[in-house]
Amino acid sequence: MIQLEHIEKVYRTDSLETVALSNINVAVQQGEFVSIMGPSGSGKSTLLNMLGLLDEPTAGTIALHGKPLQSFRDKELAQVRNREIGFIFQSFHLISDLRVVDNVEIPLLYRKGLSGSERRKLALEALDAVGLTSRTKHFPTQLSGGQQQRVAIARAIVGKPSLLLADEPTGNLDSAMSEEIMSILHELNQKRGTTIAMVTHDERLATQTDRTIRIFDGRQVQ
Amino acid sequence: MLANYLKLALAVLRRRKFFTFVSLFGISFTLAVLLVVTALLDSIVNGYPPETNLERTLGVRDMVMMSPDGKNTWQGPAGYGLLDKYVRTLPSAEKVSILSAEAYWVAAYKNGSKFDVGFKYTDGEFWQILDFQFLEGAAFTADDEKNANFVAVISKSLRERYFGEANAVGKTIEIDGQRFRVVGVVPDVPVYRFTPFADIWVPISTSKSTTYKNELMGGFQAIILAKNAGDFPAIKAEFREALKHAQFPDPKEYNQLYGGADTVLESIARMMFQAPEFDTHVERLVAIFFTLMLLFMLLPAINLVNLNVSRIMERASEIGVRKAFGASRVTLVGQFVTENLVLTLCGGLIGFILSIAVLHFLNTVQIIPYGKGDFHINGRIFFYGMCIITFFGLFSGVYPAWKMSRLNPVQALKGGV
Ligand SMILES: Nc1ncnc2c1ncn2[C@@H]1O[C@H](COP(=O)(O)OP(=O)(O)OP(=O)(O)O)[C@@H](O)[C@H]1O
Ligand SMILES: [Mg+2]
Repeated sequence: MIQLEHIEKVYRTDSLETVALSNINVAVQQGEFVSIMGPSGSGKSTLLNMLGLLDEPTAGTIALHGKPLQSFRDKELAQVRNREIGFIFQSFHLISDLRVVDNVEIPLLYRKGLSGSERRKLALEALDAVGLTSRTKHFPTQLSGGQQQRVAIARAIVGKPSLLLADEPTGNLDSAMSEEIMSILHELNQKRGTTIAMVTHDERLATQTDRTIRIFDGRQVQ
Repeated sequence: MLANYLKLALAVLRRRKFFTFVSLFGISFTLAVLLVVTALLDSIVNGYPPETNLERTLGVRDMVMMSPDGKNTWQGPAGYGLLDKYVRTLPSAEKVSILSAEAYWVAAYKNGSKFDVGFKYTDGEFWQILDFQFLEGAAFTADDEKNANFVAVISKSLRERYFGEANAVGKTIEIDGQRFRVVGVVPDVPVYRFTPFADIWVPISTSKSTTYKNELMGGFQAIILAKNAGDFPAIKAEFREALKHAQFPDPKEYNQLYGGADTVLESIARMMFQAPEFDTHVERLVAIFFTLMLLFMLLPAINLVNLNVSRIMERASEIGVRKAFGASRVTLVGQFVTENLVLTLCGGLIGFILSIAVLHFLNTVQIIPYGKGDFHINGRIFFYGMCIITFFGLFSGVYPAWKMSRLNPVQALKGGV
């Protein structure tokens, strides 16, 4: 479904040059559940951003369904992100000015042909799926870390993307909640056929996935 | 989509109270000042009673007379002789009236107290071109002027001064050593309507001297009523042609005349840029006016741009999220511009309310003589106001929005710009 070839990502500042990724070759197949592991700072989030077409590599090519990233115009890229990709960010990134349910509706706003009530209905369904039906009118700052995490998950799945990118989706949750989230992800993967790439530090969670990509210091080790 | 933009805009403005307050204050204050100025100008330049025929009226006001070598110029109001000879005879004019260039302030006495009275010489046509509503009596006529009858039309205020509550028609009034019989009383005219304004209007022929009759320059103006504004070019051209063939008493002293039959705006331009030319450069006046308005708006607009740009930082993560979930650049620009327009429209609304309050105050306190109840926000001014506000909203919103929309989503999510 998505293919990364010879990816290199270098962050340059005036004095520093950080190689975040070097010579990464990853192909994620349709319907796969892939986990990404590696120490802190090894480039996992950077890799996930590449898979989500959110960032451009310094060198190398990214192709979605065989079509190279460079060939997308801004509007097409936005469409692809909207329809195909759902992001769960490492630090949630909820919009503090908006209520929970409005946060969850965001991906649907950029989709044509959905009425306000349809959007609301889908958003509430997604919140139901993550067990947050009682907090829909709250603002993000009025929620606990775990609850915010679940809002972020609801927002990522509300648009039924074909590729779900999850950056430590269980990082802030206790083990019971983690299991619950994992079962949601497995269900999406199996029932809807959603392709999932998930960053995790937890070996136990990684073993539940189809395969694990390991990164060390920006390099693929397996 | 628009409904969403609006909803979001209101949510953001509610949550960012300080930002909203500062912006609203700047916008509403600016707009209020601009609207008050516009309303004042509107009530001068556009036709309100008694100048209801203003849109088909031209005036001959300031002229320039020049010596053969161009070294001596005489600038100022036209003379009666010139107006009588070259304006009254214009073929395309329907009616022409000659009157004092402005009201003289003459001292008047009543019951031992002294006060100033606005005094104007005019003729019979004056009362036909202008639309006075007589409270009592009627206007004096062309015959009164021809026969130098000592008759006068007075303002309501002057009647009160002299006669209290009683009627004035038939009674006499003494001004500047001359006695006039009052034939009519009209409502007060605000002092800034410089063509019709006076407290007492009398026939030109009652003047103490008759030398004015042949003078080319000095002390008078003419107003010309056209059948409609479509005749303006013909009248202007005829007058210009007449000036070119004007006869001078001593051509060695002066032998050129410049001036024109102008609308109010053109008259103001001619006075401001007094040049020995036929053109009034009214477009220059309009340009200056708009430049001043722009400059005045610039400061609060730049302030808002600045606030908006600095808020990009604050909202970087929101922009990152929206991009990650499928907002295109165009959509984001739309969102932020709408947000800014909502803000400026709210400011505009407050500005309108403020300006109505200020105008109401001006109307009640009567700072300007006889300017009572004369200023209002009409449809035209409302339209100007909306134009200003929309311009303001777009000007201060588009650049920050464009900048926001170009952020790299990953950088934005990290909060960097
Ligand atoms: N904007 C940036 N400028 C400079 N260096 C950066 C930038 N973003 C990331 N890096 C560097 O790139 C490397 C990879 O970062 P990344 O966020 O991908 O790590 P990670 O594997 O997700 O770590 P963690 O497990 O802590 O989230 C790090 O060394 C980081 O310092
Ligand atoms: Mg990370």
